[in-house]
Amino acid sequence: MNISSTLGPKLSAQATRQKRGAILADGSSQDAFVEFERVQKSYDGENLVVKDLNLAMPRGEFLTMLGPSGSGKTTCLMMLAGFETATHGDIRLGGESINNIPPHKRGIGMVFQNYALFPHMTVAENLSFPLEVRKMAKSEREKKVKRALDMVQMGAFGGRRPAQLSGGQQQRIALARALVFEAELVLIDEPLGALDKQLREHMQFEIKRIADNLGITVVYVTHDQTEALTMSDRVAVFDDGRIQQLAPPDLLYEAPENSFVAQFIGENNTLEGVIEQIKGDTCLVKLDNGDLIDAKPVNVTKAGERTRVSIRPERVEFNKDRLSPDAHLLKATVKEFIYMGDIFRTRISVAGNDDFIIKTRNAPDQVRLEPGAEIEIGWLAQDCRALDA
Amino acid sequence: MSDASTSNGPVLAADGTPLKRSLARSLRMQKTRALLLIAPLLVFVLITFIAPIADMLFRSVENQIVSDTLPETTIALRGWDPKGEDLPDEAVFEALFNDMQLATERKRHTSLGTRLNYEQVGISSLFRQSGRKIKDIGEVWQDQFEDLDAFWKKGENWAELLGTESWVASAKDWKKADGAQPRFQARADVAAALPQTLAAYQDFADFTQLEDNKALYKEDPWGKVYVALHADLNASADVSALTGPGADVLKAAAIAAPGFETVSYRDAFIDIHDGWAKLDNWRAIQTYAASYTPGYFLNAVDMQIGPDGAEARPENQQIYIRLFGRTLYMSLVITFACIALGYPVAWLLANLPMRTANLLMILVLLPFWTSLLVRTSAWKVMLQQQGVINDVLVWLGMVAEDGRLVMINNQTGTIIAMTHILLPFMILPMYSVMQTIPPTYLRAAKSLGATNWTAFWRVYFPQTIPGIGAGSILVFILAIGYYITPAIVGGTTGVFISDRIAYHISSSLNWGLGAALGAILLVVVLILYWAYDRIVGIDNVKLGG
Repeated sequence: MNISSTLGPKLSAQATRQKRGAILADGSSQDAFVEFERVQKSYDGENLVVKDLNLAMPRGEFLTMLGPSGSGKTTCLMMLAGFETATHGDIRLGGESINNIPPHKRGIGMVFQNYALFPHMTVAENLSFPLEVRKMAKSEREKKVKRALDMVQMGAFGGRRPAQLSGGQQQRIALARALVFEAELVLIDEPLGALDKQLREHMQFEIKRIADNLGITVVYVTHDQTEALTMSDRVAVFDDGRIQQLAPPDLLYEAPENSFVAQFIGENNTLEGVIEQIKGDTCLVKLDNGDLIDAKPVNVTKAGERTRVSIRPERVEFNKDRLSPDAHLLKATVKEFIYMGDIFRTRISVAGNDDFIIKTRNAPDQVRLEPGAEIEIGWLAQDCRALDA
Repeated sequence: MSDASTSNGPVLAADGTPLKRSLARSLRMQKTRALLLIAPLLVFVLITFIAPIADMLFRSVENQIVSDTLPETTIALRGWDPKGEDLPDEAVFEALFNDMQLATERKRHTSLGTRLNYEQVGISSLFRQSGRKIKDIGEVWQDQFEDLDAFWKKGENWAELLGTESWVASAKDWKKADGAQPRFQARADVAAALPQTLAAYQDFADFTQLEDNKALYKEDPWGKVYVALHADLNASADVSALTGPGADVLKAAAIAAPGFETVSYRDAFIDIHDGWAKLDNWRAIQTYAASYTPGYFLNAVDMQIGPDGAEARPENQQIYIRLFGRTLYMSLVITFACIALGYPVAWLLANLPMRTANLLMILVLLPFWTSLLVRTSAWKVMLQQQGVINDVLVWLGMVAEDGRLVMINNQTGTIIAMTHILLPFMILPMYSVMQTIPPTYLRAAKSLGATNWTAFWRVYFPQTIPGIGAGSILVFILAIGYYITPAIVGGTTGVFISDRIAYHISSSLNWGLGAALGAILLVVVLILYWAYDRIVGIDNVKLGG
């Protein structure tokens, strides 16, 4: 059974994905489905929790708001749901401002952090609730509840109480309840935190699959970067009340735009120094101990500026043969070798940084570095990003 | 995996004893310790709570006073037909004479009169007056014996006539300081010749020696003994062979006895008090002769035992059913008032920021820290016709000077004051339940499309029902037995059944009726509790957490 067609006249997921590309280019577009424009939020009149938020989402996108706690991501979600009002700015849904629309008229499905399944109702009654308040006929309600339960593979659990379900099952029901009234936009607030690792990974896949099948637009809030990277079309990294970077997962990982994103997403080595010179898309950085390295200038503009360079552990090379002959090399001492099965993780001391990590794949010809060994390391200039200090 | 698992017998512990016994032994220690820890409380509760309640419940059916005080009469009355128009026959009156003689000596006849007066008004004075004059009946015989010979006037002569020589010897000089008095021993030949006299004297001797603890030897016998002697002699007792002290006097009396003047007991009693000629009094005695009676309970529901079993009391004596009804009705009104007033307060407590909620909580608890009497008296000041509320209303011009509202000494006063006093008992359980309901439920309901009202009514309210239930049970049960507040502000139309219970316990001293009223109240509460359990489920009651 084709679920997307049964749950309502939705755009097919594939079509939406293709359309997305056009909107991504300029960041805001006329056919944006969800739009934040210059939104600010303050609770106490002194501090801004959300500072100048601008965001446009096309229909059918799976967007994750990622950030440390207190970064403003949940506040954004609550403003979108209507439980908090924006202090300034405009939030639009389908082109219309929803600032003054109460939450129950927004028609946005929401999955809460603790699921918020009504404990005094059965699973079926929970699912039926949004349909009842929409004054739907009983037979139709039952049909939709059954369909939604089948969708999350919980068809046999309609008569149970939420308390009789496991965490994963409650999660599915909460999702089904947010979807049963055919909301086009679903907000999901850190839903998997309470689940164990295996179940979490399974549910990530499950949520993603259902969202793709239905073609719904999803705003997903999490502080788990793995979750964000594996599930999302785009990730908005929040910090200090601002979006630090809004990009697809691969760009976010490989091309962080500032030090915060570089640090926050994945594992990262940093070295600090001053720009020596910039030549097109490479530059020379003089580290604090006087060594010179190659880097790619990202948000540095002129020589003499302080910078923090960022390089992923798996892009560091200690085999000179694989580097270009004119690359700058740094002397390093191996501090620790950690065997992790599929990879080796080697901690080295370089340019005054004792926590510099190298990751190498566990291959038959791979060298295992012994602690105390003196090596020389280098990298391709484009893998090393010179970011703000 | 040794024999324990392979054999078919009971599973054995490591030392070979059966595992069950081994387990029981290891648990016994813990159980004993637990029991010892709660023992002081258990004993305290048992002595100060369970035992008095059991005693009071027992009193509501206990009725041994009639058969204890009038044992012969109650037996003799069994043959009497209470529906007929005839008074009981002479034998009953004779039994009454015997019983009253003893009861008067024991001074039990007045309490019996009080007891029977609950059922038949006027019976109290009947017994009091009969007790005073009971001697008159016996004196008819006594005087004639004494006129015949002064011998019969003295107790010593009686003792020597009827007692064995050895007993007389030892009893003669007995004084209280000597310790136990030698028990009366009858002469065998006298006992054979004068059986009724000996029986009567034995009763007298038992009472004097055991209950009164006076020297029997010197005591003058009751009129009953003279009557019995006369009866023995009249029945042509053979006294000719008797020897010993007083034998001659006795022989002379035997000759004179047939010529003695006698009276009918019935006429004598009726002469003392015409109450004995009233059938109703006799019916009351016969009806309440049983050791256990439903009379108190019937009385508590405005009924009485009539000749044909239970029947309604005359309308002008009906009071308790109406009081029970009023108690239940007003308790319900108070409970609902508490729900209506307490719910928003509990909601505020659970949802306001911590600081404000704490302040509010203190305001809620403040009445708890004030004396109940002070709070009730404060309402008296507030509600009376020259009180604060009326003054303000008159000052505002909302009420005319001569139209001041009557808000006290009636049901209004009781409801207002008790709602105020019991409100915290409603708020606290509701609050503790509401506190556990996360606000996300309301948010979830709204995000699903529910209006504020629907979200509240369909999602929030059902989850607060356990709190409402707990509060309601608490308030209702407290209200139904409340005494002080209704007594102070209730006037005559605002008092509860508790007022009557207190009256019977402390003023009218009809403890049986008080106990029956209390027992009914207890049963009503238990029934309501049971009904609540069936409808809502007692598991759903939460006082917290």
